[in-house]
Amino acid sequence: MPEMSYSEALRTALREEMKRDSGVFLIGEDIGRHGGAFGVSRGLFDEFGPDRVINTPISEAAIVGASVGAAVAGTRPVAEIMYMDFITISMSQIVNQMAKIHYMLGGKARAPVVVRTPAGGGRGNAAQHMQSLEAWFAHVPGLIVVMPSTPADARGLLKTAIRDDNPVIFIENKLLYATRGEVPEEEILIPFGKADIKRSGGDTTVIATSRMILFALQAAERLAGEGIDVEVIDPRCLVPLDIETILASVRKTGRAVIVHESCERAGIGAEIAAQIYERAFDELDGPVLRVANPNVPIPFSPGLEAAALPDEDRIVQAVKQTLGLVPAFENG
Amino acid sequence: MNPEPELLLAMYQTMLRIRRFEERVGELFLQGRIWGAVHLYSGEEAMAVGACSALRTDDYITSTHRGHGHCIAKGADTKHMMAEIFGRQDGYCKGKGGSMHIADVNGGNLGANAIVGDGIAIACGAALASRIKHTDQISLAFFGDGAVGTGIFHESLNLAAVLQLPVVFICENNQYAVSTAMKDSSPVPHVADRASAYGIPATTVDGNDVLAVYKAAQEAVQRARSGGGPTLVEGLTYRWEGHYKGDPEVYRSAEEVASWRAKDPIVCFQSWLLQNEECGEEQLTHIKGLVEDEIRDAVTFAEESPQPALDELHTDIYID
Repeated sequence: MPEMSYSEALRTALREEMKRDSGVFLIGEDIGRHGGAFGVSRGLFDEFGPDRVINTPISEAAIVGASVGAAVAGTRPVAEIMYMDFITISMSQIVNQMAKIHYMLGGKARAPVVVRTPAGGGRGNAAQHMQSLEAWFAHVPGLIVVMPSTPADARGLLKTAIRDDNPVIFIENKLLYATRGEVPEEEILIPFGKADIKRSGGDTTVIATSRMILFALQAAERLAGEGIDVEVIDPRCLVPLDIETILASVRKTGRAVIVHESCERAGIGAEIAAQIYERAFDELDGPVLRVANPNVPIPFSPGLEAAALPDEDRIVQAVKQTLGLVPAFENG
Repeated sequence: MNPEPELLLAMYQTMLRIRRFEERVGELFLQGRIWGAVHLYSGEEAMAVGACSALRTDDYITSTHRGHGHCIAKGADTKHMMAEIFGRQDGYCKGKGGSMHIADVNGGNLGANAIVGDGIAIACGAALASRIKHTDQISLAFFGDGAVGTGIFHESLNLAAVLQLPVVFICENNQYAVSTAMKDSSPVPHVADRASAYGIPATTVDGNDVLAVYKAAQEAVQRARSGGGPTLVEGLTYRWEGHYKGDPEVYRSAEEVASWRAKDPIVCFQSWLLQNEECGEEQLTHIKGLVEDEIRDAVTFAEESPQPALDELHTDIYID
C-alpha cells in the first residue's frame, strides 16, 4: 500500500472527484496558484483552471453563500475556509441557509456543499487561529460533521463528502497535514457514520477525535506497558455518530474516556457521555470522563498553550482514574 | 421599445394577482385563519413584475421575507403558495417553510429568505453554477434597502464583480428597513451609489413604473447573459402596509402613506394601457374577473388542503 501525507490524501480525493464530475469545483481564499494556506489544493489550479479552482477575495460569508446557491443550482462546490476560526464569518450561510434549505423548502432543494476547514492548535497561532468548533455544527440539524484523523480516512471520507447530497462540514487538522500513513491504491469511499476501532482492548474505551487519536494511541501504548488494555475508537463522523460501535465497546470494557481538542463545556464529549449514560448506564463500572481543552481561549505563550490542549499524560491519567487507580484530578 | 400588447396585459394581470393575493392574505391573517407573521408586498408590484418579465423560466431568482410578489411574478401557482402560507400539506414546502420560505425551485425561484441579505450570495452562487455548467442562465437577486447595511451585500457584489458573474441585483428601495428610514441608515441617498465601489453599472428607476423597471431589468439581463457581468437596478417604491401585518407604523405619517398610495403602480399602469390604446376597459374588466376567481380558488384550495402529517417533522432533514 502506498504511503502519503494527510495533505496529499486530501488533494488526491479532490483531484479524483474533479476528474470524475465536471460539476465539482473548489472555491476559497488563496487556493489558486498559491495552493491554499496549507497547500492542500497545490497544483489543482494549473490542472483544472480558474473556472474550477476559484480564488476569491477574503469573503467567508460570500464563499459559503455562493456555494449554497451553486449547489442548489446543480453543482458540487467544495469551499475552503482557511482556518476554522474564520468560519464564524460564514455562520449564517451555514446555519440558516445550507443546513436548512432542504427541510425548509419541503425537500425541494438540496445543497451538496462541502466546507473544508482546518481546526486545532499546537503551533503557536493563538486564540483566533486554533479553535476546534465542531460542537457548534454538530448542534445544527441538517449538517454532516466529519473529522478524519488519518490519510486513508481523509481521502475516503472527502470523496464520500463530495458525492453526498447533504451539506458537509469537513474538519481537517493543521498538525495532521504532514502526517503520513498508508492509503489504499484502489478507490475507497468510507461511509458516514462508521466509527473505526484504531486499537482493540478490553479494559477501557477511549473515544478520540482528529489529532487526539495520535495521543490516544500513544497513551494506550504506555498503558499497555502497565498491563492496562485500552480500546481506541475514532468516530470519524460526529454527525451521523456511530454510537452503536461506541456502546458495544463500552459494554465490553465498562469504562469510557472521551478526548477532544476543543473546550470541555458543551463539547462533543458531553453528547457522547450523555448517550453512554442513557443507554449503557447499568454496564458502566466507572465514571465516563472527558479529556478536553479547559474552558479558556487558546493562549499564545508555549507553556500556556500546552496547558490548554489535551495530551498523552492527561489521557493516561483519565484512564487510570476511571479504573479507580488514581484519584480525580482537576481539569481546569 | 415597449413590450407587445400580449406581454403588457400579462404584466398587468400579474400585478393584479399579487395585489389581490396580498389583500386576501392580510384579511385572512387578521381573521386568525393564517398564523405566524406575514410581510405584504402591496404597492411594490411593479418591481417584481417588471424584473421577472425580463427573465426566462430557467433563470433563477432569490427573494426576501417580503417574497409573495416575487414568487407570483416568477410563475408560481397561487394555490400552492396559499397552501404554504396556511401551513398545509399541499404548500410548496409541504407546510414546513411558510410565508418567509416559499420557493418554487422548478420554476427558478430559489426561495424567499428570512435572513436579510443572504439571498444575494445565493443568487451569485446560482450564477456561478451557470458558468460551471456552461449554460446561459442568469440569476437575479431581489433585496430591500435594509440589506445594503449587511456584510453579505458587500461581499456578494464584490465577488460578483471580480468574477464577472451573470447576476442582476434588484434593490427594492421601499424607504424603510422595519422602522428605520433609508436616510437614517445610509450615508448616500441611493443604493445605486454603492455599486460604483465595485465597478458595477447601476441605475435608479421609478419602482412604481413597471415599464421603467422592465426596461432597466432587460438591459441588465442582456448584459449578464452576454457575459458583461453584474448590474444593480434600484427601484424607488413603497410598501403600503407596515413591515408586517399589524405593525403600528409609528415611524411614518398617514400623509406619507397616502401620498404613495396615490402613486399606485397598478392604477398608473392601467391608465397608461388605456391612454396608449393597448387594450380596452372590457379587457381589463375581464382580467379582474379572472384574478378574483383565481385568488378565491387559491384560498379554497389552501383551506381544504390537509395539515401535514406529524411524521413530516422528521423527514427532509438529511437525504439518504
